[in-house]
Amino acid sequence: MSALPLRPPRRRTLSQRDARTGIALMSPTLIIVLAVVVVPLLWSILIAFQQLKLLEIGTANPFRSLTLANFERVFASGGLWVSLGTTLVYTAGSVLLSIGIGLLAAMAVRRPFRGRNFVRAAFLLPYVAPVVAVTFVWRTMLNPQFGIVNEVGQSTFGWADPIPFLSEAQRTVEFLGAQFPIPTALLTAIAFEGWRYFPFAFLFLMARLEALSAESEEAALVDGASPLQTFRYIILPQLMPVIALLAVLRTIWTFNEFDDIFLLTGGAAGTGVASVRVYEFLTVQRNVGAAAAQSLVLAVVLVLMLAVYLFLMRRRGERL
Amino acid sequence: MSAPTTPGTQTSTAPAPRPPEVQRVRGSRRHEIERRSLRILRWVVIIGLLIVTLLPFYYMVLLSLRPIEALLRNPSSLIIPPAEFTLSSYQQVLASTAAGGQGFGRFIANSALVAVSAVIISLIVAVPGAYAIARLPFFGHRQVNALFLAAYLFPAIVMAIPLFVLFTRVGLRGSLVGLILVYIAQTVPVAIYMLRNYLDTVPVAVEEAGLVDGLTRIGVLRRISLPLVMPSIMATGLFIFMIAWNEFLFALLFLVERRESWTVSLGLSQLSGSAEIPTTVLMAGSVVLTLPILILFFSTERLLTGGLTAGAEKG
Repeated sequence: MSALPLRPPRRRTLSQRDARTGIALMSPTLIIVLAVVVVPLLWSILIAFQQLKLLEIGTANPFRSLTLANFERVFASGGLWVSLGTTLVYTAGSVLLSIGIGLLAAMAVRRPFRGRNFVRAAFLLPYVAPVVAVTFVWRTMLNPQFGIVNEVGQSTFGWADPIPFLSEAQRTVEFLGAQFPIPTALLTAIAFEGWRYFPFAFLFLMARLEALSAESEEAALVDGASPLQTFRYIILPQLMPVIALLAVLRTIWTFNEFDDIFLLTGGAAGTGVASVRVYEFLTVQRNVGAAAAQSLVLAVVLVLMLAVYLFLMRRRGERL
Repeated sequence: MSAPTTPGTQTSTAPAPRPPEVQRVRGSRRHEIERRSLRILRWVVIIGLLIVTLLPFYYMVLLSLRPIEALLRNPSSLIIPPAEFTLSSYQQVLASTAAGGQGFGRFIANSALVAVSAVIISLIVAVPGAYAIARLPFFGHRQVNALFLAAYLFPAIVMAIPLFVLFTRVGLRGSLVGLILVYIAQTVPVAIYMLRNYLDTVPVAVEEAGLVDGLTRIGVLRRISLPLVMPSIMATGLFIFMIAWNEFLFALLFLVERRESWTVSLGLSQLSGSAEIPTTVLMAGSVVLTLPILILFFSTERLLTGGLTAGAEKG
């Protein structure tokens, strides 16, 4: 409301005052996000081009000379492509599985029944519970010595030996006379992700299903569509935008997932995804520059995936 | 298992060829078979998923109440014989290290301090911010919105390296204050997103009435909008609490060398690598870690899930 001294006092319009208030209300948030997200991110790019060891981080000059040595290190060892490949398989498997189970669950509890609230709540448990606790339970259940899964597998399903689900990189499975190599630990990690994140898809799909109008389904019924046809041609198309959104969100998060893999296998037995490699550069090799370079590679892949997604959306003429 | 969702069993006849006699088609054999098998499959799915989701948690509680010797003797038992029931795992895990326990009491205090501080500060910062984004047409509105979305989507592992270096330099690594600061930055974008969805439900007309009656914008926010969305603010606070309580990566990077500052998540993950501590004791630790979150979540479930998926109904 204060006027400049030289001009005659005048009242600002409401929207001008609102704009000022808006900036004032916004600024604390903006400062925090800039200071703890944006600035570190930019600094991370700088570090990726510097030789920086863990021991030096307290004293090193932040503007020391730049080098490409970190990227040579990250790309040269060949480990990068292996880890990116593992990450890709892990991400694709986890995203498909979690959305698939989520869709199945949402369709199953769609119509009211006794105990529906309880079932809904139970389905959300894996997503809500702390990751450290659930990975520990999984590790215990899958333990080859006293885990309940191997115990039941041996006594009931006649497994010859306990299966080391989380420490075995590969096993050969015989099926219809042919032998297939399967990555045991990676598949277990994907199963874990499907278990832990299907509630996320379930929640979003349920919300969408509840908002669907009954009319088109009733019309389909009158027109003689079978239940599966109704699902395929009436319900699924209406769910597609949500499924696409879920796929993008889950891909972004799974691609960079660290906690789950680290806590389940520590990145051993063929589950060394890219984010675990960042952590190893930092703590095992104590090379901060290489860790930053590796995380930058991850960020670039991520931005590329986002760009492709935005491009596809734009081409379909949709607004984000 | 997959019948209700996979369209694999479809015939290729597209949206139903409009048969003249509805009655006959409805009762047709194929429909009846589909309807019956779907009815059965639906329960197969529900019961199967219930087992899969509940069993690990049941197993967690079960192991925390049995002595380790009993577990090793009979690993596949899913019930506790009354003679085996014991609470000693809980005593052992909660007692301080000086008293021969694992010191989870201390970890709980640390986790609670970090999570509660993060909730309070995040909300103080995010509520005005969310209001500004929801209602006020300030310059750079869209850019700020996009920045928050990016900050929300950007993965922790990419942020971890620079923050690790930054906090070491300013001497905040190893302190709970540093951890609180990171959690605030991680939760503010989510909080703003949720709060904005809630604030959008307040009718503009109510606020305009307040403005006409001579309130300032801040007055409107404080006296009209905030009271209306109070329950939603509580829900957002609980969500922030859950994120902070469950967080693992930054706790690991910042606090791993200082056992007295460990959070429950970090404590459990560090101790579960050691061979000396019985699994049953660590299971008691898992229950201690999980229980507060489940209680909080299910006491506010409707509000929370409504806020998280508010965008989804629009398609």
